[in-house]
Amino acid sequence: MNGESAARDGKGFLGTRAGQALATNWAAFFLVLMLITFSLTGRNFLSIVNFQNVVHLQTVPLLLAIAETFVIITGGIDLSVGFVMGLASVGAAKLMQLFLASGLTPGLSIALSMLIVLAGSLVPGLVNGIVITKFKVPPFIATMGMFGIANGLALRISQGYPMIGLPDVLPKIGNSYLLYVRPGDFVSFFAKPENFPDNRVRELLRLIPLSLPFILIVIAALAFTLRRGRFGRHTYALGGSMDASIRSGIAVDAHLVKVYVLSSALAGLAGLFNIFQTGIGNYTTFNAQYEFFAVAAVVVGGASLAGGKGRIWSSVVGVLVLAFLENGLAISGVKPFYRYIAVGVLLVVAVVIDKLFPDMR
Amino acid sequence: MDYLLETRNITKRFGGLTAVDRVSIGLRAGEALAVLGDNGAGKSTLIKIISGVHKPDEGEIFIGGKPARIDSPMDALAAGIETIYQDLALAENLDVGANIFLGRERMKRSLGILKVLDDQAMREEAQKVLDRLDIHIPSLKKTIRTLSGGQRQAVAISRSIYWDAKVLIMDEPTAALGVAEQKKVLNLVRTLKDQGIGIIIISHQMYDVFEVADRLAVMRRGVLVGERIVKETNPDEVVGLIVGSETVGKER
Repeated sequence: MNGESAARDGKGFLGTRAGQALATNWAAFFLVLMLITFSLTGRNFLSIVNFQNVVHLQTVPLLLAIAETFVIITGGIDLSVGFVMGLASVGAAKLMQLFLASGLTPGLSIALSMLIVLAGSLVPGLVNGIVITKFKVPPFIATMGMFGIANGLALRISQGYPMIGLPDVLPKIGNSYLLYVRPGDFVSFFAKPENFPDNRVRELLRLIPLSLPFILIVIAALAFTLRRGRFGRHTYALGGSMDASIRSGIAVDAHLVKVYVLSSALAGLAGLFNIFQTGIGNYTTFNAQYEFFAVAAVVVGGASLAGGKGRIWSSVVGVLVLAFLENGLAISGVKPFYRYIAVGVLLVVAVVIDKLFPDMR
Repeated sequence: MDYLLETRNITKRFGGLTAVDRVSIGLRAGEALAVLGDNGAGKSTLIKIISGVHKPDEGEIFIGGKPARIDSPMDALAAGIETIYQDLALAENLDVGANIFLGRERMKRSLGILKVLDDQAMREEAQKVLDRLDIHIPSLKKTIRTLSGGQRQAVAISRSIYWDAKVLIMDEPTAALGVAEQKKVLNLVRTLKDQGIGIIIISHQMYDVFEVADRLAVMRRGVLVGERIVKETNPDEVVGLIVGSETVGKER
């Protein structure tokens, strides 16, 4: 009945309850549809190995998209996350090299470097936040400035080369799985069985990359903060109405600074993860465009660049949509230029849908 | 004189312009005072002084008979003076409860340690204050964006009342509303008066003034040119005061 009357209002199917649900969660439906399609068109698309690879490789983009979600909900944007990540990666690599050279054990070198880099990664966000709130520089410009600064510093530290000579244990931790199973034979945790030959490692069924529980914990904790915490409520309020927030006594400047600090801290965490994944310090090159991918994923997930709208889990869906689109088209043998076009079209469609349904939060 | 709020000889200058010139007005509990005047007459400046946005150059404000220092909007709020601006200052992406409690959220413990928002309690409290003011909003879970102009106004007013407003300043409360909604807001003003709240209304709508105000004060070029009891005057006389075609009020 409800649906019928809504349909008569001229909105048709989209006026109904089911239509609304579809419209506000279209990215999730699109993801499912895509997974089904590619399972039919691409050999080896539907496999545990492929899915685990995609998720593992998306850990860094997920961290950056989560960071971007908070910023975008306030109505801002953080273009510096990609290069802050690169700076954290080469910074940590440099520190590890120095600590190792001074005779510290690999374990201690890694732990100290991580602590210093995590603390240091608060600085770009602090600077962004202060420039935006105290000097009223639009976030787009302020963070683009930081984009350049972080890029320059990373280039200075790395001299433009991948930074090698780091402890071997890094990629072993970063790329290990929770379970190693040889069907019908044995199971081992965290690493392949001691005496199992390296060249036969592919016979093992490797389950749950360690990056998965790691990213799930980060996602769950920050989604909880955003939806259930006072910090999250104020983040939405700032994006909804700056005026209302100020008059409600929220310390809006301090809150914005915290949001940008959180963003660059997550970028720093992504940089550290990157070292564990690759075993080297990676200077981010221009064509990587991590920040643009993060913004695109958040928008595909349903957030609005005007602020006030967005969810962590939706951004996660956004990242997965873009990742599986790329992966599925590649496995199905589609040429790269079509893939770029597909991503571009999807991004614009996402914004059009956002304009049509402003009430999702 | 048992005024709830009183200004004495309030003066505010902007450079060479005297926006408000020695204005003294008083407001009693349960009374609605309309402040009228043409554009640039100084009504908004006067209101902004009372609500702490501007500091007066001269003059004093008394609350409950005692001199009050109102140096910021927060001071005004602490003194029980709430202002409903035309833009209402609501976060459209949040629900009614979240807006009423914005900046002063109710929290509860989850799993014994984590402090989380208690949206349930905030909605229940919101419902109580809406009931008290006889306001009906279909679902408190919906965002402000889905509400009508009158409903939004009601939410903004409810927020003030919930936080113990004694004086409510309303800036053009009916300006953006349809006829039916205007009636509802005016009814709401009567309800508020019955509950002992003092209301200052700034309005261009003569109808509103004669409908709900008890007294009116007319300003022209920063000066208070007349005060009238609504029952003892008529729209023609008031318009005359506003545009200055009559001799200045008898009491001055």
